[in-house]
Amino acid sequence: MFTSNPFAELSASISPAVMQAYVVVMILLVAVGTIYDVLHKKSATYFRQNMRKSKSAATRQVGGGEMVAMAMKTAIVDVAASGEFCSARRRVAHLLTMYGFLAFAITTAIMVFWYPTAATPTPAILPQLWTIGALMVCVGGYWFWFFIRVDVAAEGSSPFRIMRADLFVLSLLASATFALVWAYLQAADNAWTNVAFGLFVIATTVLFASVPWSKFAHMFFKPAAAFEKRVSAANGTRNNLPPPADKPETFGSARQQPRHY
Amino acid sequence: MPTFVYMTRCDGCGHCVDICPSDIMHIDKTYRRAYNIEPNMCWECYSCVKACPQNAIDARGYSDFAPLGHSVRVLREEEKGTISWKLKFRNGHEKNFVSPIRTTPWGSIKSPADYDAPNADAFKNQELAHEPESLNIDSLPALTRDKLKLGVV
Repeated sequence: MFTSNPFAELSASISPAVMQAYVVVMILLVAVGTIYDVLHKKSATYFRQNMRKSKSAATRQVGGGEMVAMAMKTAIVDVAASGEFCSARRRVAHLLTMYGFLAFAITTAIMVFWYPTAATPTPAILPQLWTIGALMVCVGGYWFWFFIRVDVAAEGSSPFRIMRADLFVLSLLASATFALVWAYLQAADNAWTNVAFGLFVIATTVLFASVPWSKFAHMFFKPAAAFEKRVSAANGTRNNLPPPADKPETFGSARQQPRHY
Repeated sequence: MPTFVYMTRCDGCGHCVDICPSDIMHIDKTYRRAYNIEPNMCWECYSCVKACPQNAIDARGYSDFAPLGHSVRVLREEEKGTISWKLKFRNGHEKNFVSPIRTTPWGSIKSPADYDAPNADAFKNQELAHEPESLNIDSLPALTRDKLKLGVV
């Protein structure tokens, strides 16, 4: 299971061209869904207006080089390291899910396009990364779902109470879980292999086709929000937040190590 | 001035849900971000505004004295022990305030569990549990029979 390409074995019953067409359709669904989401919610207009407002109220001009540095910092700290999260548990769970999803999705595309049949032997690293990616999604996702999710942790709702906000995480979890089950059953030559594969395809289709209704698009607008936050801190507007207190000594005894509740 | 959440800044950590004494900060069912479900019921204690680690919660002034276009924002710096407020009026006029989060060191206040449990005789006493030492005074005035109005006893 860990070293064999499940898509190469699948090519005995489904043509590689069909699999490749499916991957292309999924990519198109994400692109179209994201564009629709941006237009429908007017998020691009919102961010543009905010940037313009921030620029007009700026107390200092931010140069091009500084903008590039901030974009790099956003990419490294806020995107690659999920720096937005204040809770370490959420951050770790998010990193597991994010990098797991990337490994899972990219290796799927590589195996489907470059090693679609048994005639082109797949390097063992690809199915290994695919499996590890799916496992990372499951670990991060189920951890989030059962223990960290704010509805459960802060609102005290049951972990099995489902709402629209769960569409993204549930379809992602279902996709990774059924992918692992399918690969395992296929390796064991089990009669339920096709059922698991069918569930994997349904979950994956829901994940990519539901972009306008799910949280999938957060991976596009969250970096924009993080960048805007950095620009507003640099140009002095700070989203109207007060400047850092410059007279902490006034408050003497209160200056101790913080204790978060 | 009831509070509201900038959903693009909120990361859905749930601190405001935990701290709201009126239980009106809830998690949105579509985006899993916090929002004030009923501003009319807001106590205006600003616990959520101060607790938000993302500075995603603002206060919205009543339109009779704070017309649209104003901003009330707060920055809580635990490491400095300060809380800063910035009020920006519609005409651009600003007011800035800084105050201590607390005036005693962190962890210096005894928890109720650190006090000895009162015994049965304490029920006969007019003072509440741990009084007067918890009030940092030596004694409280006692209400004796001779101080009551004639006819009460």
